Amino acid sequence: MSVFVWVEQFEGTPISASWEALGLARQFADQLGSTVTALMFGQNVDSVVQSAFHYGADAVIKADDRSLQYYRFSPYVALLAKIVQEHNPAIVLAAATTSGRELLAGAAADLNAGILTDVTDLSLENGKLKAVRPVLGGKVLSVEVMAGDGPQFATLRNRAFKALEPDTSRTGTVTTLTSTATENDADTQIEGFQKTTGKVSLSDATIIVSGGRGVGGPEGFGPVRELAEVLGAAVGASRAAVDAGWIPYEHQVGQTGKVVSPDLYIACGISGAIQHQAGMRTAKVIVAINKDPEAPIFKLAQYGIIGDVFEVLPALTQAFRQRLG
Amino acid sequence: MDFTLTEEHVMAQQMVRDFAQREIYPTIKEWDRRQEVNPAILPRMAELGILGINIPVRYGGQGFDYLTLALVCEELERVDTSLRVIMSVHMGLNSMALLQWGTEEQKQRFLVPQAVGEKYGAFGLTEADAGSDPVSLRSTARRDGDCYILNGEKMWISLASKAHHILVFAKTDPHAQPAYKGITAFMITSDMKGVTTGDIHGKLGVRAGSTGWVAMQDVQVPVENRIGEEGEGFYIAMSCLDNGRYTVGAGAVGLIRACLEDSIKYANTRHTFGDPIGHHQLIKQKIAYMQQWYDAARLLVLRAGWMKNQGQRNTRETAVAKWFATDMSVKAALEAVQVYGAYGFSDEYDVERYLRNAKGAVIYEGASEIQQLIQADYALGYRHDRPLRCELPAYDADYWQNEG
Amino acid sequence: MHVVVVTKNTPDTEAAVTVDAAGNVSWGDKLVVNPWDEYAITEAVLLKGAHNVQATILAVGPEEHQESLKHGLAIGCDQAIRIWHDSLAGYDSLVYANAVAAAIRKLGDVDLVIFGKELADIASDAHIYQTARKLGWTMLGFVARIEAVDFGGKTIRVTRLVEQGTQIVSSRLPAVISVVKDINEPKYPTFIGIRKAAKAEIPVWGPAELGLDAANLTPRTRVVGYQNLPKREGTVQIIEGATAQEKAATLVEKLLQEKVI
Repeated sequence: MSVFVWVEQFEGTPISASWEALGLARQFADQLGSTVTALMFGQNVDSVVQSAFHYGADAVIKADDRSLQYYRFSPYVALLAKIVQEHNPAIVLAAATTSGRELLAGAAADLNAGILTDVTDLSLENGKLKAVRPVLGGKVLSVEVMAGDGPQFATLRNRAFKALEPDTSRTGTVTTLTSTATENDADTQIEGFQKTTGKVSLSDATIIVSGGRGVGGPEGFGPVRELAEVLGAAVGASRAAVDAGWIPYEHQVGQTGKVVSPDLYIACGISGAIQHQAGMRTAKVIVAINKDPEAPIFKLAQYGIIGDVFEVLPALTQAFRQRLG
Repeated sequence: MDFTLTEEHVMAQQMVRDFAQREIYPTIKEWDRRQEVNPAILPRMAELGILGINIPVRYGGQGFDYLTLALVCEELERVDTSLRVIMSVHMGLNSMALLQWGTEEQKQRFLVPQAVGEKYGAFGLTEADAGSDPVSLRSTARRDGDCYILNGEKMWISLASKAHHILVFAKTDPHAQPAYKGITAFMITSDMKGVTTGDIHGKLGVRAGSTGWVAMQDVQVPVENRIGEEGEGFYIAMSCLDNGRYTVGAGAVGLIRACLEDSIKYANTRHTFGDPIGHHQLIKQKIAYMQQWYDAARLLVLRAGWMKNQGQRNTRETAVAKWFATDMSVKAALEAVQVYGAYGFSDEYDVERYLRNAKGAVIYEGASEIQQLIQADYALGYRHDRPLRCELPAYDADYWQNEG
Repeated sequence: MHVVVVTKNTPDTEAAVTVDAAGNVSWGDKLVVNPWDEYAITEAVLLKGAHNVQATILAVGPEEHQESLKHGLAIGCDQAIRIWHDSLAGYDSLVYANAVAAAIRKLGDVDLVIFGKELADIASDAHIYQTARKLGWTMLGFVARIEAVDFGGKTIRVTRLVEQGTQIVSSRLPAVISVVKDINEPKYPTFIGIRKAAKAEIPVWGPAELGLDAANLTPRTRVVGYQNLPKREGTVQIIEGATAQEKAATLVEKLLQEKVI
């Protein structure tokens, strides 16, 4: 009846979305009168192990091996499937990151189990998971349930769930798996890595400042970045700006880009086409700055300024600088 | 009567729609404002095969039928008239003339490179003093051994400064009685000595399109470049208009659709008095008329296209389609601007461009006034179509689609 | 040497979507090729051109999905196959994966399977990874570029876009990859391709042809209904002010009050 959570880390730094999964796992475990076990795969992950306890785990199973240093599909999936097969948890959760989605779906396939992916709401009814997830470009919510028996897998959308307040006094048992070599270890080699430029990742950001066609060109992102800097925000973009080559694709928010859910989304010179809305409509507060009062974004935003982004953005940056010190 | 378009028709139409929307639409307003031609357009249309859409594969084309040409023109003009103008002159007036009147040798020399898009074609009939009355043209062509010496100036020529091959009309017999029997058709090339071209700016509409003049000063044109026979030029010119007008009418259908679709979008989002303006009856009226004009114009154009496919003479039917579709496109654009209110008056939105573009089509390729005379003369029995020496070939899938 | 691209139709993004009181969803009738699959189809055709491999396009779906297959043929795929049976309705990811994996095995000699990053309608990608597992092949997801591929030597090297940055990974073939928008400029159908596609007869494979039994076709999840999004209250508050500075100051105060800074 236990609840397992795959906790993701990258080069020893935990992915904060995993704590959100742990928070939910804690809820389910309490509901089931059971325990939460965090799973950690990697190399030298001991610092993350302790955090897992702080964020709600009762036990940790870690697989610490050089071959697991970076996520690779086959070794990770085989390992997770093996662990789930042996321990038979009721529920397996993870954050719906690029790795989490692949890993849990793959393991579910090995076990012919069901998976609910990228959910924004998840509850347990009569021992079966029930999920709510945005579909059709984020325009409606689909309600889905687990059918059949066996372990139930689910991946959680970033920032849709709350992590617990870390309790540094918490601790638990750690099991270290000795034999972790699995099939296909040699199949895939990671040859290189280039970290994303910019300090804040879009998916994790609490504040995003986004630029669209209205910023007029690559230089137009200058004021956008300045405001983002002052707010500690990530920089986003609409498809129009990306397609025009003004900013790289990794910044694109929308249906064919990233889906984000910050506390604050400031849309600058973005008209707010359906496809863009699909990527940001769940933001808590949306601010639109656009010189076209008819722009669809004003139907979605809570606050709007009708004006030239090149006048408004510097004014906002200045005002925030003064207020935030 | 089967009104359904084939899968090929639908897919070809969708492909051109996607191309125009994705690659041309984002910047067309800027080019229109600057009155400049986007140099990427012609090569891209060539690359995608659009410039040879309804020419047989054996002549370098894509082997689609005449109906497909209408659908392509509708999609091109939906984005901007300047795109469709390219098809009107390169395909309708020039390439299809070669298909109809050209010798095998002329087809190889001119039609193949045009269909493949290596060369662009234009049409030089109109002069500064000869528009609605083309017979009064003053360009001359004097026979001199195995060539003709051409003199004259053509004006309001689309693609004048871009085209490699220009189908021009000049009088080999300036004193012929009746005058039209003295006109002969020639294909000149832009690299011939004595040929100069220039651009015309300051047009009310089609500002992103190339319009200009072609001057011929003692241009030596070899006899092999004469299209058809001496004195046959007028018949050739008129038959070219059957195809040019067809593309203009088809394009106007696209323009009406642009007005309709943009107006619907605006009517559903703009609010006045607490409601989307689509709820207000006088806006509904405008939308209703645009819908009617689109439906009717489209059917008239497609009927003409069907007749061309069948190999039936379609001068009257094409003319009435062009007249109706272009007149209605002006009306649709006026209504669309009105739907948009103050925003219709601003070039931030597309509708004012539709209006400026629409006005051109009721002037060229047979002004609406000329079209009315044509229809009346057919109806009154004053005008009859006599068989031509060369007719536009009916669409034969086997012939068009195979290498031959 | 054979590349397979897997596609599906999805409702047009522009379509308005409504949910009735009973929880049933409806959208307009218009279906388009899944937006992510445009990149997958183009990539398959590019590989065909560059490496002289065969390109097959596969779809799981009822008859309306013929269109996405014809689209693939028109862009340049050599053949198209549709997989369907009523038992496949619902798009449970495992059922879907079983069907696609069986089809790939039946096609034989397949080196690479390409998916678009996710299905835009059900907003899910689980079927992609599960197909890889059912085939027992490597999975490389979120591919932004194929750096190199050697169909003879059976290797591939790709760039993947992950949260932390871009990763270069090499792998043995056969493999399953999913591609993201950055990978290419979607091609248009060619006119010759359109003609070919219109004339094509597309075979339909069902559970019998694929050797799928009842267990393979049993869904593990079920959609029980749909809900409208929670209504965002109110209309937008347009910040007024004589100057940009005034408006900015007002907005800053409001955002601080919202506690989102």
